[in-house]
Amino acid sequence: MTEGQLQMIKGNEAVAEAGVRAGCRFFFGYPITPQNELPEYMSGRLSEVGGTFLQAESEVAAINMVYGAAGAGVRVMTSSSSPGISLKQEGISYIAGAELPCVIVNMVRGGPGLGSIQPAQSDYFQSTKGGGHGDYRMVVLAPATLQEMVDLTYEAFDIADRYRNPVMIQGDGVIGQMMEPVAFPPLMDPADLPAKEWATTGRRGRDALNLINSLYLDPDECWAHNRKLAEKYARMEQAEVRYEIDHEDADYFIVAYGTTARIARRSVKDLRDAGHSVGLLRPISLWPFPSKAFEGLAGQARGYLTVEMSLGQMVEDVRLSVDSSTPVEFYGTAGGVMPRHQDITEQMEKLVARTGDNR
Amino acid sequence: MEIHGRCIVGSKWILEPERCKGCGLCTTVCPKEIVYLSDNLNRQGYRTSAITSQEACISCGFCALICPDVAVEVSRPEKSER
Amino acid sequence: MIAQLMDEMELTDRAVGISPVGCAVFAYNYLDCDFQQAAHGRAPAVATGIKRAWPDAFVFAYQGDGDLASIGTAEIIHAASRGENISVVFINNAIYGMTGGQMAPTTLEGQRTTTSPAGRDLKSTGHPMRMTEMLATLPGVAYLARGSCHDVKHIKATERYLRKAFEAQEAGHGFGMVEIVANCPTNWGMSPVESIDWIKENMLPYFPLGEFRTTEEVD
Repeated sequence: MTEGQLQMIKGNEAVAEAGVRAGCRFFFGYPITPQNELPEYMSGRLSEVGGTFLQAESEVAAINMVYGAAGAGVRVMTSSSSPGISLKQEGISYIAGAELPCVIVNMVRGGPGLGSIQPAQSDYFQSTKGGGHGDYRMVVLAPATLQEMVDLTYEAFDIADRYRNPVMIQGDGVIGQMMEPVAFPPLMDPADLPAKEWATTGRRGRDALNLINSLYLDPDECWAHNRKLAEKYARMEQAEVRYEIDHEDADYFIVAYGTTARIARRSVKDLRDAGHSVGLLRPISLWPFPSKAFEGLAGQARGYLTVEMSLGQMVEDVRLSVDSSTPVEFYGTAGGVMPRHQDITEQMEKLVARTGDNR
Repeated sequence: MEIHGRCIVGSKWILEPERCKGCGLCTTVCPKEIVYLSDNLNRQGYRTSAITSQEACISCGFCALICPDVAVEVSRPEKSER
Repeated sequence: MIAQLMDEMELTDRAVGISPVGCAVFAYNYLDCDFQQAAHGRAPAVATGIKRAWPDAFVFAYQGDGDLASIGTAEIIHAASRGENISVVFINNAIYGMTGGQMAPTTLEGQRTTTSPAGRDLKSTGHPMRMTEMLATLPGVAYLARGSCHDVKHIKATERYLRKAFEAQEAGHGFGMVEIVANCPTNWGMSPVESIDWIKENMLPYFPLGEFRTTEEVD
């Protein structure tokens, strides 16, 4: 595959290739529908670039293999889907606590429990409010197209290294399975990356020993460590916000991300054709949540319709970002069912009618 | 004695065609080699199994035992008094 | 076979089955008794919860090789070690079936799967696991056998093994498991008839059939 040239590829495979292009040479994962093509692709591709693929005995083992490799200073990736991501939560907390960089891909499926294998967005709380224990945060990026997913995955490794923190790419069953034309960035050689002085590679003559650890038995020390993490998360909140607004001067906005945003785009078009002043506010970073996008629309926006493939998770952050006098409504489908654009349109028409727009 | 459910007088070998997926395993175990895959297609498009004659069937039940989909019933009407 | 045995031994009415994630997960659609669907690998733990709550229930788990030998190794070893009075039917088809053909802990050397596209490489992934032999080292185990269903003679032998495992539970002797070497024509990429030959030529030499622990040996 040459760089820059467009090729039709399946989402799961595109993410894997993007990781390889970013210099990731280690992948540990486990089968779970609907992301199986990702580890399957890695099992062949990594041997082509001198990397290592291992199907772990479980998602728990896989995230701990990631912890080990990340602590040893290499770019490493894992992937799973909702129930498997649940299994990884302890490991993610450890990775955050020990300040290790890695990329985790979640192709969200219907839940809770075994749920369904169709797409959903019901892991928002788990990803952004910390499904793992303790005070930690991680950058969560939600692409809406395969090209965006490739670009964000490639960037995710830099973000992870920049802050020494896990980064999550949150897709869903549709994004993982669909095929779109994609152009890949050039293949990076991990040898060109700066060495990580803190990594456990064996001392090999190094003066000080390196320790990867998240245990601080002395409470004052633990609090100091938590303050250090908090300061880092504040920096991430400032620098890593990503969002996109279609029709920035609109009176009403549909708020949606990922696949739902794609569906909502059609609703926005139909609503505008019918004469309504409607735009789309698409968060790309779920954490840090793009509150400032809403702040920028304060006084202008007359209402928001948040649409998710869940029972309503992101809508809570929307409400936190919007003053209480501006209505925030929710429309969602769950269990793997995807919302229809006609139904989104209808919900927005109701919101517009209720809040008195007569244009 | 293998009796799986209903017993149609005179029929030793009965196939539920919609359960058959044409896997062919039954054709490999018949000691009299009378089981074969016919050209008959069921609603799902699978070729269903068949036997050459009811008289030749010795009611051993091997085909029913190996069928993964419980599609075959084998009975021995002449011994049902036992 | 399980259904027939449960009816013959009059267990169905008291039975609770556990169907964990994997090929086994839809077992609740096929057996006419109470069922619990379990998370991947956790069936022995779920079975423990049920059996402790209802000691007179007939509790059985139906597990695949990814489920039992990969993610569920801790659960099966500890249930067996505790001597949980449950019966486990372990279907070993050397591959992950439900998710589309990935490598399993029981996948054979050189066997091509979607996550071992060049064939299983022992240096990187180790040897296939023989779970029955491993569990036979544990004192809490009452009955262990490995059978196959590739021809009628072996079907009948496996039926006998299952009956003995179920009897071990009924008699309160401890943990019983029957591993069944099975085919997966779809993910092995061959016809059902070809898969029978593959079992004979490749699986049986590595996974020997027979009884590995019988209740007579249990103190």
